[in-house]
Amino acid sequence: MRSRWAFAPFWLTYLFLYAPIAVLVVMSFNAADTPYTWGGFSTHWYGELASDTKIREGLVNTLIVATGSTVLATVLGTLLAVGMARYTRSKVLGALATLPAILPDLVLAIGLLAFYSAIQATLGLHSVLAAHTVFGMAFVATVVRTRLTHADLSLEEASRDLGAGAFTTFVRITLPGLMPGIVAGALLAFTLSIDEFVIAFFTAGPKDPTLPIVIYSMVRFGVTPEINALATVLLAVSFTAVILVQRVTRLTDSLR
Amino acid sequence: MTLVSVRGVTRRFGEVTALDDVSLDIEQGEFFALLGPSGCGKTTLLRILAGFERPDSGEVLLDGADLLALPPHRRPVNLMFQSYALFPHLSVEKNIAYGLERERLAKAEIRERVAEVLETIGLGGAARRRPDQLSGGQRQRVALARAIVKRPRLLLLDEPLSALDKKVRAEMQLELKRLQHEVGITFVVVTHDQEEAMSLADRIAVLHGGGVEQVDPPVALYERPRTRFTADFVGANNLFHGTLRAQGVEVAGVGLLPCDVPADAALGTAVDLAVRPENIAFTDAGVLRGTVLDTSFYGGQSRVSIAVPGVAQPVEVTAAGASPVAQGAEVQLGWSPAHAVLLP
Repeated sequence: MRSRWAFAPFWLTYLFLYAPIAVLVVMSFNAADTPYTWGGFSTHWYGELASDTKIREGLVNTLIVATGSTVLATVLGTLLAVGMARYTRSKVLGALATLPAILPDLVLAIGLLAFYSAIQATLGLHSVLAAHTVFGMAFVATVVRTRLTHADLSLEEASRDLGAGAFTTFVRITLPGLMPGIVAGALLAFTLSIDEFVIAFFTAGPKDPTLPIVIYSMVRFGVTPEINALATVLLAVSFTAVILVQRVTRLTDSLR
Repeated sequence: MTLVSVRGVTRRFGEVTALDDVSLDIEQGEFFALLGPSGCGKTTLLRILAGFERPDSGEVLLDGADLLALPPHRRPVNLMFQSYALFPHLSVEKNIAYGLERERLAKAEIRERVAEVLETIGLGGAARRRPDQLSGGQRQRVALARAIVKRPRLLLLDEPLSALDKKVRAEMQLELKRLQHEVGITFVVVTHDQEEAMSLADRIAVLHGGGVEQVDPPVALYERPRTRFTADFVGANNLFHGTLRAQGVEVAGVGLLPCDVPADAALGTAVDLAVRPENIAFTDAGVLRGTVLDTSFYGGQSRVSIAVPGVAQPVEVTAAGASPVAQGAEVQLGWSPAHAVLLP
């Protein structure tokens, strides 16, 4: 029988991972004005948060960008994955499709900014949305491609054999088979877009900053517990997304 | 009446010739088998009939009309896939209804025909289940139902029994024959299993290296193989290589082996002689002499291998009941000339 102390490093790792987050959540209920000393329990900062127009505008901007880029990335990424599986075996093209997902954000951000200036595009929400679509699409395509490699090609042939044309086969047979991958990819693109800072910072216009940019400019003048409350809300949203992704993956397994 | 006519079909994949100038006729209403080892081209021919492959040359006619001009979804031909290829996200009845919905039939008619075919295959109670909730045998029935509910002119079956265990195989074998009689559709089955082909089919085409070796009903195929490959592939056989003489085949170092020699045969040419194990008997005045290597008992019958000097492979003999000879015994073997088959 193994000693219970053998598991100490395991639990220490979890402590290391989650202690800062726990502190953050606890401090968001702090009644005091500074984020470092405890002054009693209060939901006061959540009220402040709700009435802060800058944050609200930033949140709306972020949601517009995240929703729009997720829709675009999901449609384009899925089509890209299917197209690659059908028409090419090139490893280079495959790697190029994944590259934006693993490229350092800074590289992508500088590149996009250079591109936007080259074509003399005005910066605004649309430019952030397009920028987020670039890496979102790479993520969706990668996830959907993994699912495609496990797909049974005889299903599509069976559909053709039973009298369905190419379009009906794609909509009725191919897409439902890929759906768990598509949903997982979409959730990934959405959560990544919501808290993306570097690329948004480079490609956003001065008039409509996204939420991470708003937070960054607030933090520059000192951290208030309002930030903690905001971070806790974002944490709750991210957790929900992670759990959703896991549910969907389990669904994928049960379909196998 | 000829339903399908395959004429001079050739298909190459790079260097490999999968089908080499294949011609076949399949009759209306028959159960036809394409039999051969893997790589013989049988699956390629099946996929050409279904429309998933195109031949490089040659033509395929269905009811006298060009079948190759139609894409797979417009052919009155359905294929039952080896993997069954049931749609995992659809229930049993939705799987079966899929093909009928593509024909834009009325909902009521679709329901009626699905219910009818579910009854025929005895799966009425499983209509709402998903494919992953079915056993192997049930899945096979659903795949079959999904194909026959379209009432195709021609039903293609790719290794229909290979994924099933032995007991279910025997059941499905009977079921397939019963269904074929009931629905009256022409069946073409592709298989590498000669027992499966012989028990199911009315006629069998033996394919080898992209060519047709022989097309015959099972009994004729078994009793009168026309090539060395067919003789060896279909059932067990003893093959002897020698020179044709007026009274039989002369094998160097062994002697003259008896067989019926046709009057117009070219004497003196090199030939093969095939004799089935069950047609060889132990006698006192045999044509072969040898030593018993091994005997094995299979219940109703025994198989005996005999080493004969001058013959490379041990001679196999099947005897009813327990083996009449013991290991190491010196024996003599003989057969009636009518049971020996001459191969060019």
